[in-house]
Amino acid sequence: MKTLNVSISPHIRSSNTTMKIMLDVIIAMSPAMIFGYIYFGWRALLISVISVSSCVLTEFIYEKLMKLPVTIGDLSAVVTGLVLAMSLYSTAPLWIPAVGGVFAILVVKMLFGGIGQNFMNPALTARCFLLLSFSRIMTDYPVLADGVTSATPLSLAANGQHVSYIEMLIGNHSGSIGETSAIAILIGAVYLVIRRVISPRIPLAVISSSIFFIILFSYIKGDAVTPNFIAVQVMGGGLLAGAVFMATDYTTSPVTSYGRIIYGSTIGLITAIIRCFGGSLEGISFAIITANLLTPIIEKLTYPKPLGTYGKKAEK
Amino acid sequence: MNKPLERLYNGVIKENPTFVLMLGMCPTLAVTTSAINGLGMGLSTCAVLMMSNFIISLLRKIIPDKVRMPAYIVIVASLVTVVELLMQAYVRSLYASLGLFIPLIVVNCIILGRAEAYASKNPPLSSLFDGLGMGLGFTLALTLIGSFREILGKGSIFGFNIMPSFYEPVSIMIMAPGAFFVLAALAAVMNKIRQKKNKPTPEKFCNGCCTECMDDTCSIGKKEEKEE
Repeated sequence: MKTLNVSISPHIRSSNTTMKIMLDVIIAMSPAMIFGYIYFGWRALLISVISVSSCVLTEFIYEKLMKLPVTIGDLSAVVTGLVLAMSLYSTAPLWIPAVGGVFAILVVKMLFGGIGQNFMNPALTARCFLLLSFSRIMTDYPVLADGVTSATPLSLAANGQHVSYIEMLIGNHSGSIGETSAIAILIGAVYLVIRRVISPRIPLAVISSSIFFIILFSYIKGDAVTPNFIAVQVMGGGLLAGAVFMATDYTTSPVTSYGRIIYGSTIGLITAIIRCFGGSLEGISFAIITANLLTPIIEKLTYPKPLGTYGKKAEK
Repeated sequence: MNKPLERLYNGVIKENPTFVLMLGMCPTLAVTTSAINGLGMGLSTCAVLMMSNFIISLLRKIIPDKVRMPAYIVIVASLVTVVELLMQAYVRSLYASLGLFIPLIVVNCIILGRAEAYASKNPPLSSLFDGLGMGLGFTLALTLIGSFREILGKGSIFGFNIMPSFYEPVSIMIMAPGAFFVLAALAAVMNKIRQKKNKPTPEKFCNGCCTECMDDTCSIGKKEEKEE
């Protein structure tokens, strides 16, 4: 009978697995996505299905061809596909999510070594790839379920128009599939924070620093800053969804707590620069993948010192 | 294998300057937005490389060792000026699209690298063919990269439309990131082919395959001089 078991640490294991965390992320994303399907119609659903299956299939085929262990069971490819679909317009041609899914998984994730090895968020990098490659198709405003084309709140506000607060909260406006409804995204965010899947530091840092820098830059430019303008900047575009679902990706965000604040603030700063001085009304996806690149440096700078060695020089 | 052919094979396949030695990355990445640009850049570099290798090899016993670099630069720079003026006179559109990268051939590390590693130690004729081989390898690589970027990014090759009308050009391919995508993919394919062909044998030396052997005391040129 074995009563004593000698083993190396860790002795206490959590029952968390990659699959459970990814499942939580999928659950958290579902309110925003379901709202998008209801609001934009069946085509939005079709785009997500294509995007997800393209990601999962690419990962499966690559791992089979390279004779690697097949990891599609951990659901991370599904999350990548969902995040990609979330950031697309429902009117995109159907090959757009397919190409995006292949790029996200093959080039950004698998070529760098699979899950946990990618240095940029795969879904967002794929979105930026699509945006740079097919800029005309990717910036066509979506047609709403009733067949009317309409501009996103960000472009309305850029023309000085007032956008209703209630409509922005509910998501009754044009935009990417999963990014319109502020309430649905916030429900997902609260779920993720309660389940302790993400720490609230990154989303809060992203949102507060982008508000701060947008106000600052607007003053510098001499633009009028109204409460409506700020609300549109936060809720009218991809900022909320980006801050909650995309900036918090485990692989590409820092693990240290100060690092997360620096990382989030960097995203806010870059978003504000792109929105105020750049040619694009959005910019959160470019901001996130740029900050992804800074993650190793931020982690190195904010790595906590072991207790007792504070103030001393590190031993050589 | 006889010497000139061996040098050609070495330059184009075995030690391809772009895919194997990874030299001259600046023009490789910057000018290959279309097949014709890649071909033009490759051929002008090839012309300079051939002549500079030949002249440096002729002068290899006269040039003092201490000032060999400035001497090489003077030779290469004069040749580049000749090529530049010729291009300005006869192929104006190519000259305009390559722009600054023509004068920059002077500091191309393939040219100085071959002068230092081969032409300064070997007789003129094999140096000439070494330059031709390296230059053709470079031309081949640049044209390949340029063709892939043009086909994917514009749907055409050498200016002729070849893709069906529903093809949506992936315009990122003719932007800066596209150069890295295509170069990396082609280098990976090249490595795969080379791996299959020469299985590494531990007792043999690197056999001229410089990426697998980082021995800095090795000089292919020296070995070949002994044989003569």
